[in-house]
Amino acid sequence: MKILTVENISRSFGGIKANKNISFEVEQGSILGVIGPNGAGKSTLFDLITGYTKANSGTVNFFANNISGLRPDQISALGIGRTFQKLKPFADQTLLENVMIGCFVKESNIKKARDRALEIIDFVDLIDKRHHYAKELSTGQRKRLEMARAMAIEPKLLLMDEVTGGVDQRTVPGLVELIKKMKRSGVTIITIEHNMNIIMEISDNILALDQGQRIAYGTPKQIQNNKNVVDSYLGTYDAT
Amino acid sequence: MLDKLSLAKQEPVWKNNNTVLYFLSSTVLLLFCLPLFDINSFYLHLFIMIFMHSVMAQSWNVVAGFSGQISLGHGLFFGIGAYATSFLFTEYGITPWIGIVFGMFVSGIIAILIGIPMLRLHGHYFAIATLLIAISFSLVFRRWDLVGAASGLWIPILPADSWIALQFNSSKVPYYYIFLVFFLTTFLLSWMLSRSKLGYRLRAVRDDPQAASSLCINVSYYKIIAYVISAMMMAPMGSLFAQYILVIDPATVFNIEISIMVLLITVLGGTGNIWGPLLGTVILIPISEYTRIYLGGTGGAVDLILYGLILMLICVFRPNGLISFFNRDVIDRKQKR
Repeated sequence: MKILTVENISRSFGGIKANKNISFEVEQGSILGVIGPNGAGKSTLFDLITGYTKANSGTVNFFANNISGLRPDQISALGIGRTFQKLKPFADQTLLENVMIGCFVKESNIKKARDRALEIIDFVDLIDKRHHYAKELSTGQRKRLEMARAMAIEPKLLLMDEVTGGVDQRTVPGLVELIKKMKRSGVTIITIEHNMNIIMEISDNILALDQGQRIAYGTPKQIQNNKNVVDSYLGTYDAT
Repeated sequence: MLDKLSLAKQEPVWKNNNTVLYFLSSTVLLLFCLPLFDINSFYLHLFIMIFMHSVMAQSWNVVAGFSGQISLGHGLFFGIGAYATSFLFTEYGITPWIGIVFGMFVSGIIAILIGIPMLRLHGHYFAIATLLIAISFSLVFRRWDLVGAASGLWIPILPADSWIALQFNSSKVPYYYIFLVFFLTTFLLSWMLSRSKLGYRLRAVRDDPQAASSLCINVSYYKIIAYVISAMMMAPMGSLFAQYILVIDPATVFNIEISIMVLLITVLGGTGNIWGPLLGTVILIPISEYTRIYLGGTGGAVDLILYGLILMLICVFRPNGLISFFNRDVIDRKQKR
């Protein structure tokens, strides 16, 4: 079953075409990896899906509903969560409070929201840090915080922007394992990644972008052998 | 043996600090008993001003500290409250108690009307817009004959003290208790707000609007809610102040210094929590009143020099306000060990 269908979506900023007629679909329960060099339009695509940027043309369908033009809060209320490339924790609040704010979407009772937040914090393996302020956490821990906060709204679809970006190598395997764990919990995931080993390992399908355009879409194996992707990432060797 | 999650769930949602609770209870009891000690009217006035400014600062704290919108024209709602009560009483003889509710209602409506277009503005644009709107209201009231134009409204002085007319000419004690009740009620409401779902959501809007909207929070809606609550908290102080001095005019109740004062108090004490405005008031209002006594009239502007000096020191050394000396960073760290 298709959880998300993006059809010919485009967005320009002045003369720069950040996204040009991009189309793809996401199967419920799968992980879609989005790859592309810097400036390829990956984060803009996330912003278009989640309503932070309005598309110039094209549509986004969540299940059967057209969500184009909705506000971010309306889209998240439908069950689309996200994390941000540039981390956005509520810095002066504790980890527990950060996650509780997400839990209030489904639960108005403070005690029940607190208990649910604790379960999610335990899920992301930060239970010992629950009373720490977000600003006191390491980058890796703040990545987990954002994942926990996004999980708190009980999303059906979760968009994660460079979860392993900017963290040290020792932290990466834990974050990758967490993404897999989130998938096992039933959440459909779209994730932007620069690390090709990770994206090949976790993704069911991969969408490759370059200069705002879709250059490939397929399984990790198909993408690995795709000439456009190889050219885009490695550059074309011209023997002449 | 219980796992970490089960242990965490067994923790109380709020950690009650018994020392603070005892201190608060004793202070409230003392405040209620204070007039029984026959203290002179200056000290009663001083406490009345502390209660009044504390409520006003608490009000400003809701919009600035909780939702992150710096309003430079919040005195507007003080003026609205003052005029609502005084106008109804002088023109129609309606008790100020109803006038207080009417003032809150009008302030709430004005906050919505102002808030809808203005809260789309961010940072200093919002601050400047609030300042200009407050000045505009002042100018309108200066030329509005129905409300006495520049000479304002003179509330008729009654021959005897009256709880219905909220006039007490023989003693300040009734005013003391009225302001005290409003002060305690506002403090309690702010405390409840800070621990409510609304409070959490407002802080999320303040800390990062984009992240907040990813959690189903309609940022504009919550900003307006905060603005309206704040306006409705401010208005009764204008109403009570009008009953306290019995004469109001635009230059007094729409004075931009009111807005600046509540800002200074809150920034000095610390924004975003309920204790900061209280602490700021307890420090700044006595300075203001004593400089007024010893240096005459407006305090010879020495109070303003002192405010400026204190504010500079705070900005440099304690940007989170004086309350940061007692803040959760320090207290909670003990719990984390």
